[in-house]
Amino acid sequence: MMFIDPHAHMISRTTDDYEAMAASGVVAVIEPAFWVGQPRTHVASYMDYLSAIVGFERFRAGQFGIRHYCTIGLNSKESNNEELAEAVMEILPRFALKEGVVAIGEIGYDEQTELEDRYFRAQLELAKELDLPVMIHTPHRDKKRGTTRSMDVCEEHGMDPSKIIVDHNNEETVREVLERGYWAAFSIYPSTKMGNARMVDILAEYGAERIMVDSACDWGISEPLGVAKTARLAIERGIDKEQVRKVCYQNALDAYGQSGQMKEEDWLNPPPVDQRTVYEGNSILRGGRDPVVEEAAVKRNADNLLIE
Amino acid sequence: MSTADAISLLESWLQKRLPEQQQSWLHEQIDKTLLSNSGKDLYITLGLVPRKLSRHDLDLSAEELAAADEARTGWDPSLWNIAGAARILVLAKVAQSRGDAFGQQYQELCRTADVSESIELYAALPLLPASKELDQQVGEGLRTNMKAIFESIAHRNPYPRETFDENRWNHMVLKALFVDSTLAPIQGLDERANDELAGILCDYAHERWAANRTVTCELWRCVGPFAKAERLDDLSRALHDSDDPDSRHAAAIAIAQSPQADAKNLLAEFPELADAVAAGKIYWGNNQSSPLVGN
Repeated sequence: MMFIDPHAHMISRTTDDYEAMAASGVVAVIEPAFWVGQPRTHVASYMDYLSAIVGFERFRAGQFGIRHYCTIGLNSKESNNEELAEAVMEILPRFALKEGVVAIGEIGYDEQTELEDRYFRAQLELAKELDLPVMIHTPHRDKKRGTTRSMDVCEEHGMDPSKIIVDHNNEETVREVLERGYWAAFSIYPSTKMGNARMVDILAEYGAERIMVDSACDWGISEPLGVAKTARLAIERGIDKEQVRKVCYQNALDAYGQSGQMKEEDWLNPPPVDQRTVYEGNSILRGGRDPVVEEAAVKRNADNLLIE
Repeated sequence: MSTADAISLLESWLQKRLPEQQQSWLHEQIDKTLLSNSGKDLYITLGLVPRKLSRHDLDLSAEELAAADEARTGWDPSLWNIAGAARILVLAKVAQSRGDAFGQQYQELCRTADVSESIELYAALPLLPASKELDQQVGEGLRTNMKAIFESIAHRNPYPRETFDENRWNHMVLKALFVDSTLAPIQGLDERANDELAGILCDYAHERWAANRTVTCELWRCVGPFAKAERLDDLSRALHDSDDPDSRHAAAIAIAQSPQADAKNLLAEFPELADAVAAGKIYWGNNQSSPLVGN
């Protein structure tokens, strides 16, 4: 089965992770612009970060046969540094039209401050101007109210819910998000966000319509095989295969494909120029091997002595 | 013939290949960008081009490629694609109209370019006016880890041959080998071979041998004309590499080019190889996938 991981901070991950993801069936990832674990203090470092996710990271993923897309935005934490935030807003239009940019994101609230609100709204307007989908990061704390507020603000700005992906949902937020017509994404992230057994229960209850699964893997203890493992667990527990395909592949493609920057042909039948430059082709699509989820863990083992 | 002729050619190829609607869109964008003095229109135009035009190969005919080389010596757009060509047209026209101010604009564009844009910015070099800023930026581009970006400078591009000093040239050739690229598409490879480079390449071959790694046969192409003394021992080693016929052929050509009179004695063991080289049956070509011809 082919998978898309629509939220993965690959800039923080190793080549082992790329290998394991490709082997598990991941054909495409979306890398949202985010907080790198500590605050950036100058706009120039923000610029270089955005350059890296539209540039080197896209190239790096291509070497493993994975297509890399990204979203561009000012995250909620750094919105609280007004001087930085103003300067970042100035440069965002320079990046939002790069190849493979599928949305403005991840944007939204962290502590729900006034400044966070200001720049969230400004970026919704930018998305509207450039006709791009939006990826919303819902807050870790005070999640339920933060999620509701995020959608209220989107509607105040006349945004179309079918172009907005609300991410990091849980059992408490999913119903309202779906009822209001948004895409509901779930991050399978150990300890803090969502476990995959809980995810399977949600699929059993809500079905697959407008739901998608991602790993949100980053610099923390997280799981780049979150999508593949959830798919396998869901099938084992009796969820219909077609439903699994929707939440682990098709829905992400439909939602972010609205940008015009992400098409199935990108990995199934890429133009020759891509194969000469940014994409080396997926071993699974080339009829390589069966998905092997556990392989990476075996490789990183001190008993495996030879380095050549 | 001049850069202006080359730009007109590029425009005419696009005209032939673009549907009318896309053609007029591109013209409008170019006009708008040329009229405006802000960088913003240029960023937006370059950003929109691949969203509006196809990424299919430009697929130029032999006649069109010959015309390219005639208009601008060394200009080789054989692997360009439609959107990339349109971006380069925009750049070339902006460079024409901005004059000396373009150098800084170019650096600024490179600073925030995505992978394809970087490739196109460097592939555009033969159609852009030379400047200190471009030269600096190309140095930056050569330091990239992204092979395709490196190759957009090194391969099918007359810029290195025309402008690089010996140190930059030599490091470009060596880096091509380091990143598993090829030498054949480098313009001026034979003409700019030099003694220093031959020494660097032989050292590199020794490093590879010491690590039990293969040595690409292309390396010997830049060694032959400067193969003296111990460099001939290296060629002899390559000549006796029974696992790799390409290596033996390459070494034979290089030995035949050696300025040292007794070098040919090395070929005594391999009369057939020596004859084939002498008769011009084995020689270096410019084909990336098999740079050796006739073997």
